This record gives sequence, structure tokens and C-alpha cells, in this order.
Amino acid sequence: MLDLYSPGHSPIHKLSPGVKILAMMVGGTGLFLVENLGIVAVALAAVIALYKIAGLSATQVWNQIRPVLWILIFFLGLQWWLAGASVAVFVVLRLATLLLLAGLVTLTTRASDMIESLTSGLRFLRPLGVNPAKVGLAISLALRFIPVLAQITTEVREAQKARGMEHSIVAVAMPVAIRMLKMADDISDAIDARGYRP
Amino acid sequence: MDTKSIVYIALFAALTAALALFPPISFAGLALPPITAQSLGVMLAGALAGSKRGGLALLLFVVLVAVGLPLLSGGRGGFGIFAGASGGFVLAWPISAFVIGWLLERAPQAGFVKMAAIIAFGGIVVMYAIGIPWMALVANLPLTKAVTIMLAYVPGDLVKVVLATFIARGVRRAYPTL
Repeated sequence: MLDLYSPGHSPIHKLSPGVKILAMMVGGTGLFLVENLGIVAVALAAVIALYKIAGLSATQVWNQIRPVLWILIFFLGLQWWLAGASVAVFVVLRLATLLLLAGLVTLTTRASDMIESLTSGLRFLRPLGVNPAKVGLAISLALRFIPVLAQITTEVREAQKARGMEHSIVAVAMPVAIRMLKMADDISDAIDARGYRP
Repeated sequence: MDTKSIVYIALFAALTAALALFPPISFAGLALPPITAQSLGVMLAGALAGSKRGGLALLLFVVLVAVGLPLLSGGRGGFGIFAGASGGFVLAWPISAFVIGWLLERAPQAGFVKMAAIIAFGGIVVMYAIGIPWMALVANLPLTKAVTIMLAYVPGDLVKVVLATFIARGVRRAYPTL
């Protein structure tokens, strides 16, 4: 399955997903409450140390930052201009720390484990009418539908190409939309026909 | 909730994810949220699946992104998104889809212009109203600066509104049992 997980056996990998998410939320909120450059720098160092404990390489730390490097540089320049150097460094370091912390959770937790703990965590919402089994069904269906939709789009594109219409967005989007709705109705009938009652 | 609603919720979550396969248009050297086809998924979810199903579909999508699936354009995903400049926009998607669906349910006979206006309200006004303050907070920008930056996105979003209206009207005509 498409996943950003990086396998390992560290203590961080073994922590339950719920604990990791909670710790991240607390840490992230804490970072927004402090307005002190020193504390943020210490937090950044601590998060990088956690990557080390999780057995992740420096490249993986860098990979978390690289896609947003330009955003960070842009914000650094903007803040420097608006509010001066120390505020600029503070904002960018805080943002980098938050990104690394979130990346750590994503890298050390399987998406399937995360989904599972999410579904079981939803038990508490039962009194509000949330049925965890139905949420689980929706999640599995959604993940299965993504490649199917890509497949439908390819087929419709080829069919419209034969008509010289492959560049018309509406001529491609409309049959795709109708086919996917038809598919959804068929699947829903098939599920009902098998007596699915979670 | 009936099975059909569950399947539709999954379908529109998947549609928004599949729209990430269209390459995003990044500008300002990747410094800003990219222009993606994904907000088209938000508009269509609201316009075709309705308020409750559309809103829940996008909520499901946001949850899948949050747990770390790389479903945002450019293969982005994970909690880090919400700490970034586009975080507020992604979080606004379920609300946008719900608002579009809710307003259209109250105007079932809406013509092209009215429908486009409703989609623009949910897909641009509501989304920016949540996304821009979020961006200003995360990046510590004055609100006016963030608004100025986001003005660059309006033309692209208007094109998506027109496309969504065309598609939604055509599909509703071709698929009246929706």
C-alpha cells in the first residue's frame, strides 16, 4: 500500500500510534505557546535526537525539510523584512520543528496501524451515532477506489482520443463522473445484497 | 447511515485523492501552496454528493492525509501538512464541500450562474476564510499580506468553479437518480 512508513524496531516504532499522535499534538501546541528562540532551538535538537533514536538517517531528516525548503526560505526572507532577523529565525525554526515532529510520527507508524487505532479510537463516538465498522468500510473502499478511478480516466481518455476529444476536459470528466457513480451504485447494491449489517 | 452513503463518501474521498495525479502548478519557487486540481474534487463532492455525504467524504480524505497517506498533490501527506502554509486550506475542504451541498440542496432548480455562485462561495470564500488566517498564523504574517498573496490563486479557482459547474450540471442531467 502507498505509505510513507520506514520500517524499524526502535522504541519509537513500538509505541502505540495513539500515544504518538497525542504526544505530537501536545508538543506542537506547546511550541506555539512559547515565544522563546532558545526553547525552540532545544526542541529542534530534541526532535532530531528522536530521529536518531528511531534509527532514521540524516537523509530522512533532510527529506522531511526538502519539499518545503523554499517555503521556509520564503518565510525567512519575508519575516526578516517585516519583523527582523531574530523573529525570522524563530518562526522558521518553529515551523521546521513542527514538520520534523509530524514527519517522525508518519515515518515510524504504518498507515494501516494508524487507521486501525483510529477505527478503534472511534468507539468513544458510538453514542454520537458513529459506527467504527462503517468508518472502516469507507476507508477501505476509498483506498481501493483511487486506482480504479485512475483506470477509468485512462480508459475514457483513450475512447475520447479516438474521437479527437482527448483535450476537452468536460468530454473526459463527464463520462468518468457518470461511470464512477454507476460503479458506486453497483457496489452499494452488491454490499446490500450480501446482507452487510455492521 | 445507509450503504449507498458510505460508498459515496468513499468515492468522493477517492476522487479528491485521484485528482492529485494531475500535476500541480507551483509558482513563486514552490514557496506557496500549489494550484492543484484537488479543490475541484471538493466542489464536485459538495455539488454531486450533497452536504452530509460531501462533507464527510472530505473529512475522510483529511483523516487519510493526516494518518500519513501521500494523497495530496506532489505526494504530500502526514500531520506535517497542517503545520504548513496549505494546512488551513486542506482543513477547510470538508466545510467547503458541506456548505456547497447545503446551499445547493436549498436551490435545487438553480441555473448555471446561481450554481456557479454557490460553488464559488463554498469553494473560494469559505475556503479562503479558513485558509488565509491559518497561513498568517503559521507563517506569522500580517493578515493583509496573506490576503495579497492569495489573490494570485483566485483566477485558477474561478476556472475550477466554472468546470465544476459544467460537470455537475451535466452529470445531474445524465444521472437523475443521484
